[in-house]
Order: sequence, then structure tokens, then C-alpha cells
Amino acid sequence: MSQHSSTYVPKSAFAKWFESRLPIASLVHSSFIAYPVPRNINYFWTFGAILSFMLVSQILTGVFLAMYYTPHASLAFQSVEHIMRDVNFGWLIRYLHANGASMFFVAVYIHIFRGLYYGSYKAPREILWILGVIIYGLMMATAFMGYVLPWGQMSFWGATVITNILAAIPVVGDTIQSLLWGGYSVGNPTLNRFFSIHYLLPFMIVGVVILHVWALHVPGQNNPTGVPIKSSKDALPFTPYATIKDIFATAVFLIFFAWWVFYLPNYLGHADNYVPANPAVTPAHIVPEWYFLPFYAILRAIPDKLGGVIAMFASIAVLAFLPWLDTSKVRSTSYRPLYKQFFWILAADTLLLGWLGAKPPEGWYVIVSQIATAYYFIHFLIILPVLGFIERPLPLPNSILEAVTASKKGGSGIPAGANAEPNSKG
Amino acid sequence: MAETTTAVAEPTRRDFLFIATGAAAAVGGAALVWPFIQSMTPDAATVAAGAPVEVDLSPIAAGQIVKVFWRGKLIFVRHRTPEEIKAAEDVNVATLRDPQTDASRVKPGHAQWLIVYGNCTHLGCVPLGNQGEYHGWFCPCHGSVFDTSGRVRGGPAPINLPIPPYSFASDTKITIGQEASA
Repeated sequence: MSQHSSTYVPKSAFAKWFESRLPIASLVHSSFIAYPVPRNINYFWTFGAILSFMLVSQILTGVFLAMYYTPHASLAFQSVEHIMRDVNFGWLIRYLHANGASMFFVAVYIHIFRGLYYGSYKAPREILWILGVIIYGLMMATAFMGYVLPWGQMSFWGATVITNILAAIPVVGDTIQSLLWGGYSVGNPTLNRFFSIHYLLPFMIVGVVILHVWALHVPGQNNPTGVPIKSSKDALPFTPYATIKDIFATAVFLIFFAWWVFYLPNYLGHADNYVPANPAVTPAHIVPEWYFLPFYAILRAIPDKLGGVIAMFASIAVLAFLPWLDTSKVRSTSYRPLYKQFFWILAADTLLLGWLGAKPPEGWYVIVSQIATAYYFIHFLIILPVLGFIERPLPLPNSILEAVTASKKGGSGIPAGANAEPNSKG
Repeated sequence: MAETTTAVAEPTRRDFLFIATGAAAAVGGAALVWPFIQSMTPDAATVAAGAPVEVDLSPIAAGQIVKVFWRGKLIFVRHRTPEEIKAAEDVNVATLRDPQTDASRVKPGHAQWLIVYGNCTHLGCVPLGNQGEYHGWFCPCHGSVFDTSGRVRGGPAPINLPIPPYSFASDTKITIGQEASA
């Protein structure tokens, strides 16, 4: 690996002067220019860059929205309508922010399932993975509080339902609920503090993302074979190879993002949120945003209030223990014929839970929710640990280079120059 | 180096100062957290706005449910019909999830008036009046069913709709937020 890390040499006198005082240029050089990336990573590895882009996009659009938004129970709804109708390009900035949240979750779910498929959580990347779970938790808290801010019917009742969920926690539940409310029910103090925390959390996410990237750059990136980089022929320098690929993938993702913003800006929201909050009337059908639906289905599947709350939090917390629940030493699912089937069953199970979360909790929906919830936990707590012992994995390639050249045999898929001199640009 | 460290066995004045400084910093830090946590609890204006409210019952016809607010919380004031009272009283209490007699949920001599919090005890939605199997309330969110005494009879709600503190100022006026004994 170190063969790639050609060191940064400051050229100008100013660069030398700066480098000896703050060596940030050499840090950027070693982390994002000369940094060796596995030569076989596919487009699923571009979602880290896409997520970084989305985080910056959400913070920027959010800062501009905050210039016009008023966090007061009697003014918030109007201020959002003011942004939509009167503020120049306010509609665009708000639609970018609201749909950006959904796009953020689209990207993070692909990112998470990439990690699940290629075993990116396994040693030596456990801390990296756990930091990712923490980021995901912060994202969910941020998204929830952001959805409350327009103070529409879904905002108000979503806040009521979620804060009532927390009240189910034994001993401290009522205290937590009272501290979130700042009153005797969801009201103006609640809206005020949700705005404050909604503005704070993204910067905490930035902090954890920095740790996440740091933890990534210690062991280096995983790759579709799961076999680590063994020689310089297995790797390419981050710039230009990964940089250009990330930029291209981000551009494609932006087209997808723009399609929602310009053609279906309200499709992912709920019409009820264009009705001002009314504590006397509940919308006929309270449904969270799509990205929370699987967890909402788990919450409702358990016929006991506290049990449902525990199951919902456990379904996220179980991810943090994944590095130790998966007993197989083989990272990539490409070499795990049995796990591959269970992986896709889990993916289908999660989608099923998401679909059930949007359905009313009655009749056979409840029973299917219970089965799907049970399977979710069985996958992580029983199937994964057992599979490592009984599965016979396929033979792993000796190196990334071998895997790449074997699959491309007879073709000329690899640029000749890259094959011979992977670090010529370094 | 080994020689010098083995000699230090007795606690020194420096050790004492080190621990005392650390302890003072820890206590000071914890004390400083207190006002910040307290600032998040209901403020004086919110508490003041939570004073008892009076509700005039005279315009509420039999069979009608009126929604009032106290401390930002929705409260149902229900003028029950004789049939509704009878239905509530005829229930075998032992079969209930949260066993309570109807008499314990109303004030003596005022059985026609049921005063309950208007948020479902499951997750806080507003149940719809005069609906559901027992014609009490039905919650559209997750399907909880309440009877004409506001007791949970089905669905995920764990307990009955709670009774707020209230008292009868006269036969046609109640004070919500204040018990008669006070």
C-alpha cells in the first residue's frame, strides 16, 4: 500500500511556509490524491461521495431556509408558505431540502446494503461500521425533527406519536418526554427546541463523518472480492480514478434528485402536511416518511406498547453488533452461496416491512408484520451466526488483480496503461 | 527510572491536590449541567397558562361531546345519555384490560358527565367520538376502541383514557385542573 503514497512535496515558498505550520495540504494529498483504492471497486462504492455531497447540500439549503423560517407555533406554517410563495426561488430551496432528505436516505440505504453485501463491517472495519450506525441514528433524529418544523398536521401528529413512543421507556420516559415538550403537550416550546436541535445535529453528523472517513482510511476500502490489497498492482491512486468516478456517479444521482425536485416535489410527502397543525383533529391516517416505514411496521407489529418500542430500537441497534453476529470470515457475499440467498431474503423482508408500515394496522397486515419482524431478528440473531459455521464458501481469489484479470480474460476491459503502471499518475 | 518510581509509595500532597482539583471540577461541571436541563422543563409562562379552566356545561346537550383544552391537552366533555351510562355500568369489570368501574370514573351524582383526556393512550392520536364497537371512541390511527366510560376495550392502547383533575363548581359548571378536596 505504501508504494502508492507518494508524498506531498510543497513547491512554492509559500506552500513550504504553510506546510511547516499546518500540514493540511499533505493530509489532503495522502488521503484523497495518492490514497490507494482497490482497482475493482464498483459503482456501489461511490455512495460515500454521494452522501457527503447530500450532507453539504442539506446544510446549505437548510441555512438559506432558516433565513426565512420562523420557529413559532403560530407563525411556522405561514413562514413556510411565505418561503414557497414569496421568497425568490424559495420553492426551489425548500423542495431541494425536503426531497434532499429523501435522497439522503435513498443513498444511505444503498450504502448500508452495499456494506451488508460485501461484508464491509467485518474486521478490521468494525469501528468504521459502528460510526456509520451512529450517523444513521443522527440522520433519523435530524429528519424527524425537520419534518416537524413546517407545523402542519403530519408535523404535529408525527411529533405527538414519536414523543409518546419515548414516554413508554420505563423510569425515565416521562422525564424525557417532558424535556422534549417543554410543556404539558407538544406545543410552541417543542417546536422551538426541535428547530434548535435540527440545526445542531447536521454539524454533529459532519463530525462523525470525519471520524467515519478517518476510520475508513486506516484499513482502506473493502472491495467486491473482500480480499485486501496485497500489492501495488491491486490498487489505483484515488485521484483521478476514484475522484472522477465519484463525480460522475454524483452527477447521475443529481439527475435522479432533480427529477423528484422538478417533477414530483410533493410525491414523497403527505398532503395532510399542507393543513396547519390542529391539536383537536388527528389526520385519518398517520404515516411517517417512507424512510421510517420498516421501523414503524416493527413498532406496530408488537401488540404491547413498550415491547413495540423496544423492538423498534433493537432493530437499529442490532446493526451495531453485526461485526460479531456474522461468524463467517469471508467478507464478500459473492463467495458465500448460502448467505447470498439469505441476504436477498432480508432485503425483500425489509421492503415488505416498509410496505406494511404504510398500511393500516388491521387484519392480516398485522400478522404479516409480525412474521416479517420475527424474520428480521431471526436473520441477524440466528441465521447469521449459524451460517458462518455451516456454510462452505467458494474459493477466494489470491488477489484483487487475479480476480479482475480472470473475469476479464479474453477481453480488454482494463486500460493497458493502468494494468502496467497503476501508479504512474501518483 | 524503576528506582525512582518504587520509592513513591506514600500519597503525597500533590496527589491530594490532584484528586481534590479533579473532584471539584467534576462537581462544578455537574452543577453547571443542572440549570441547562432545568431550562428545558416547562417555563413559568407555560406553567401559568396551565392554571385551572372553567367549562360551562349548560349548552352541552345529551349525547354531545365537546372538546376543550387544558395545558395544551385535549379533553373530551361528554354528556352521556341514560343508555350510554347503563352500557358503561353493565360491564363486567373483571373482563377489562384496565379494570375500573364506571362509578370510579365520574363524580358522584354527576354520572351523565364523563370528562376524559382526548388523546389515545397508545400514541396520542385523537379518537373519534360515538364510533367503534362500544359507541364510545375509536382511534383511527391504530384501531384502539373505547367504551362510553372511556375505558379501553380493544386495540393497542394499554390503559383507559385518563381522567383529568376536575371538580364541579356548580351543577352546570366544572373547573378542570382543580380537585374538589383542595
